[in-house]
Amino acid sequence: MIAADFVDCRSPKLLVMAADGGVMRHLPRTALGSLFCPGDLFIANDAATLPASLKGVHCPSGWPIEVRLAAWISAGDLTQFAAIAFGAGDHRTRTEDRLPPPLLSPGDQLALGPLVATVGRLLEHPRLFQLHFLGDHSSILAGLARHGQPIQYAHVHEPLALYDVWTKIAANPMAFEPPSAGFALDWRTQARWRQRGIGFATVTHAAGISSTGDPSLDLRLPFDEPYRIPEQTAAAITQAKSNHRLVVAIGTTVVRTLESAASVDGCVLAGDGVATGRLTRESPVRVVDAILTGVHQPGESHFELLRALADDSTLNQLSAEISDHCYRNHEFGDSILVECRPCDAVS
Amino acid sequence: MRTSADLTPLRVAVTGGTSGLGLALVRHLVARGARVAFIARTARTVQQVANETGACGIVGDIGRKEDIYPLALQVLGNLGGLDALINNASTLGPMPLALLADTECEELEQALAVNLLGPFRLTKALLGALAASTRCERGAVVINISSDAAVTPYSGWGAYGATKAALHHLTAIWAEETKSEGISFLSLNPGDMDTPLHALAVPDADPTTLKQPDDAAVEIVRCLIAALPSQAIDRLVERA
Repeated sequence: MIAADFVDCRSPKLLVMAADGGVMRHLPRTALGSLFCPGDLFIANDAATLPASLKGVHCPSGWPIEVRLAAWISAGDLTQFAAIAFGAGDHRTRTEDRLPPPLLSPGDQLALGPLVATVGRLLEHPRLFQLHFLGDHSSILAGLARHGQPIQYAHVHEPLALYDVWTKIAANPMAFEPPSAGFALDWRTQARWRQRGIGFATVTHAAGISSTGDPSLDLRLPFDEPYRIPEQTAAAITQAKSNHRLVVAIGTTVVRTLESAASVDGCVLAGDGVATGRLTRESPVRVVDAILTGVHQPGESHFELLRALADDSTLNQLSAEISDHCYRNHEFGDSILVECRPCDAVS
Repeated sequence: MRTSADLTPLRVAVTGGTSGLGLALVRHLVARGARVAFIARTARTVQQVANETGACGIVGDIGRKEDIYPLALQVLGNLGGLDALINNASTLGPMPLALLADTECEELEQALAVNLLGPFRLTKALLGALAASTRCERGAVVINISSDAAVTPYSGWGAYGATKAALHHLTAIWAEETKSEGISFLSLNPGDMDTPLHALAVPDADPTTLKQPDDAAVEIVRCLIAALPSQAIDRLVERA
């Protein structure tokens, strides 16, 4: 036990779980800066979140429509996206209960505030399609900035602004929903890590849409997600691994990036790539030794990804602990840290 | 010579980029090869300056809280990151200049919004990108444009002077707190310049006694480059 084990109920909480499930610690999230050892390396996703929800009109029918940008067709190319359409209504209705959009056909024009877009080909589903914006990069960005909103959540009553969905380290506007594990990260924690000789590096991973409201579409999630690994990050991973130190992923998107990029021997090269498919319990985990993530329930994609890192009995115990101690779930809640080996090098 | 370096790798955002010192900075940085995004309130003049310089023009008001993140989104989306932010946009407060006792509270609030809160909010929104730049060994610099009115209590300059004084001190604290991140913060006083802002404040001033904004821009960019880490300067020199 350490002094930081005292938990203030008003502050975000952190549940730390050893890999064998034997040790659970309930900490204030501010204790994050005191965990792990010199030489260990935290890696976060520095993607900033796009205002990916656009309301407007389906011109051929005159019906209202909401378009959610869901994935890049080509990373960084703002003229085309994979997008999901919703009918009338807003985020206060669960996505599962939203009205369907008007029937979409290739060539249909969409008036989305100051932006004009056309429907390209349908992507094997009547609500999923290629969307093409008219205009150049800057004008599309200006239109998104002026008219777009972040994708909203039914469980968050007040509308979210960009301010709410950018983590403190947000740097590259590539994500469609926030890499929410990064909300746990503040500048004081980074300073503490630096003082203690703990490394910090970033990748950019274009976190995609997390829910479509349609079970058959949800089965196709996550869509392909582009990522970028800077040279300095790849070098930091190599150094940590060669020194037998831990690599701690802040969020499931970082796990997806690193494990997608890893070679069979666990080497991670710098550069651009695309993460495809889901991580499952069968997926080899070659780079990540621990993960800091939000609180999710069994069955949710983020929780299921943990099965690649920990066995079922450990996760069952984790789930029970979350429930018993009233951890706040979803994007803006508390955090859990699944670590792979104990290290109490704390002051 | 460091000041003659080709600035091609540099990504710079300038607020208040359509007149006075801001316009001079945009022109000078573009001429030296930097990738520049500038922010100003009026769409027509933003378009004019963008057409003239080739810099990326962004319409917005840094005095409006709601504009800040949409502006940050456009800066980062257009430049692909950020190495330097120059918070230049300013307001004088009440016009004509007024004694503090004749200054409406709302006028002081507006001066605070533009001269202090705006730079603070924009810096916060872009701090993640600036830190990313330092992690990639590019360096990161924030320059807040100050004034001698920040330290000298000129009668009639209360709203402007008080907010610039606050910005000056804010800059010093930013510098202290972000030192270990590798982000440099500078508060620079360019001196009295022949600008529309100065003409508004002192209509009778003789322009020939005032510094030209182009000269001030050269000095500020020199300070910017000097504040970069050595490896980033080496990269600039290599490309020159």
